[in-house]
Amino acid sequence: MDYAAAAPNDPKSHGSAPGVITLDNLSVRFGGRPILQELRGELRGRAIGLLGPNGAGKTTLIHTLLGFHPPSSGTARIFDRDIRGDANQIKSLIGYMPERDSFISKMSCVHFVRFMAELSGLPPAAALERAHEALFFVGLGEARYRNVDTFSLGMKQLAKLAQAIVHGPKLIFLDEPTNGLDPPARQRMIKMIREIRDSGQAHIVLSSHLLRDVEECCEEILILKEGRLVVYCNLEEERKANKKFLMLETRGDQKAFAASLSTLGCEYAVTGEHRLKVILQDGTEIRDLYRLASAAQMQIRRLTFKRDSLEDIFLKAMENGHGGS
Amino acid sequence: MAVLERTYKQYEGRLSTEWSRFLIIPRHAYRDVFRSKLFTAFFALSFLCPLIFAILIYLHYNASALGLMRLNVRELLPIDASFFEAYVVIQGVTGFFLTMLAGPQQVSRDLTNNALPLYLCRPFSRSEYVVGKMSIVIILLSAITWAPGLLLFLFQGYLEGWSWSAENIWMASAIFLGSLVWILVLALMSQTISAWVKWRVAARAALLGVFFVSSVFAGVVNQLFATRWANIISLYNLIANVWAGLFGLFVRRTSEIQEFRQGRVIREVVMSEPPLWASWFALFLICAFCLWLLSRKVKAYEVVK
Repeated sequence: MDYAAAAPNDPKSHGSAPGVITLDNLSVRFGGRPILQELRGELRGRAIGLLGPNGAGKTTLIHTLLGFHPPSSGTARIFDRDIRGDANQIKSLIGYMPERDSFISKMSCVHFVRFMAELSGLPPAAALERAHEALFFVGLGEARYRNVDTFSLGMKQLAKLAQAIVHGPKLIFLDEPTNGLDPPARQRMIKMIREIRDSGQAHIVLSSHLLRDVEECCEEILILKEGRLVVYCNLEEERKANKKFLMLETRGDQKAFAASLSTLGCEYAVTGEHRLKVILQDGTEIRDLYRLASAAQMQIRRLTFKRDSLEDIFLKAMENGHGGS
Repeated sequence: MAVLERTYKQYEGRLSTEWSRFLIIPRHAYRDVFRSKLFTAFFALSFLCPLIFAILIYLHYNASALGLMRLNVRELLPIDASFFEAYVVIQGVTGFFLTMLAGPQQVSRDLTNNALPLYLCRPFSRSEYVVGKMSIVIILLSAITWAPGLLLFLFQGYLEGWSWSAENIWMASAIFLGSLVWILVLALMSQTISAWVKWRVAARAALLGVFFVSSVFAGVVNQLFATRWANIISLYNLIANVWAGLFGLFVRRTSEIQEFRQGRVIREVVMSEPPLWASWFALFLICAFCLWLLSRKVKAYEVVK
């Protein structure tokens, strides 16, 4: 597992489209206390999950990229524009859904979203049209003339999403978008995030405590621990890399079978009377195992690839990660 | 309207000009401000004074009306610098009460509802936000102060003859500049108080306190220490001096106190008003202080160190 993000000079980074976000030794300190420490990497995914325990620096990273906090050293680039020098250009390309309740009181929802669209630079008529569209998209079409103050928590989350996407940004930061949602509302929110991702029109950075949300929406993950980047990887590739890790349930002469595994150069561990863990070597196919089992008069009743779940990746990062970016 | 498409799509149309985006804030704020009947009534009433002043100017040049009233309005109320100064003072005070009704809730509401990140994550800076919020008060007060004031000046010039306008053009600039200084001070103070005092009623009380309590406090200090320099902490005195200075009516008053004991004068204190520049300087300091306070509060997120 590659626990470090692909550095800007990493050969793997070359020859493809420029990264969405490039972190270039980005550090942030508050009152002398380091919050983010020398983050390096090039984030390219369509949907990037931002994970980490409380206080790891997820929200600070988003706020720094949005220009709310100045970096104490290093910098970052979004769509190849520097956050220090091109803040306004960057802000016209991004949408932000904050974690906390954020709205303007005494405004109807459509007025609020339209106002936000106008602040993003849309002319009044286009802003109004897009506000209606965004509210229908998030499912608040029927409630769009109600004051935002009167909305439930779930509706406020949807209104926040609507204001984040109303101006059609290329990059959307979602900070804990499923906070406080009941299971059906959470499912709807996840579905919408996936739809935006699959439209191919915007990149998404999703910060969440909920591994399941990230697993369902994101193709890449970035894990922070104590302000350091400990994991940046593609979830699918990470799982593929682990497909040679097998769990077998057997019947028959397990000892003879295990001994013959050595001839293939495979490592194994007996985990029970009828259970084996096998790590396949390069060049070894699963059919070779069936051949050996047949020779050893043994049945393979069940064979499963042990794939790392996001939880495994996260827990490993928390155990091993010392900020090795 | 493509509300039924329900797909995410980017916006590829034209964008509004960047410099004009701060005006979006007052445009949307007026919808809420004019929802209050009290405010709308007060705003309408604040045009009464310009109307009365226009009638007075008209009466000056209407011989039949003067004959009917059997009054010599020309001598009773000459149209000169003090006439226009009186107009600026009355409308300035009216503007203060208008600010009290419209100003205090503007920033506090955004801070209470964590709305600042929503403004500042867009191509919209902190200074644009502050200017936008200030322009709510600036536009409203301009409509009742210098704009009708300049119309009165033009009206007088039309009736008296354009040569009068040419000779007294400085009065027009005094109307404009005097009103603008007061409007800027009010706009800054109301937004600063709004940023620091989240409760609207308390914010209004604070604004009232700054205006009246400072005058009372200055009076007490003047009495205790036998001076007039405490006037520079009285907002009313400051702006009154500035207005008088702009209309060429500022007089640095001097007074004398004599302390008697057993029929003898044992002490004489000569007290003189602070000079005009001190009033300008004090107003500048107040504005700078307000800007500093605003810059500390108007942030997307407060960092707790």
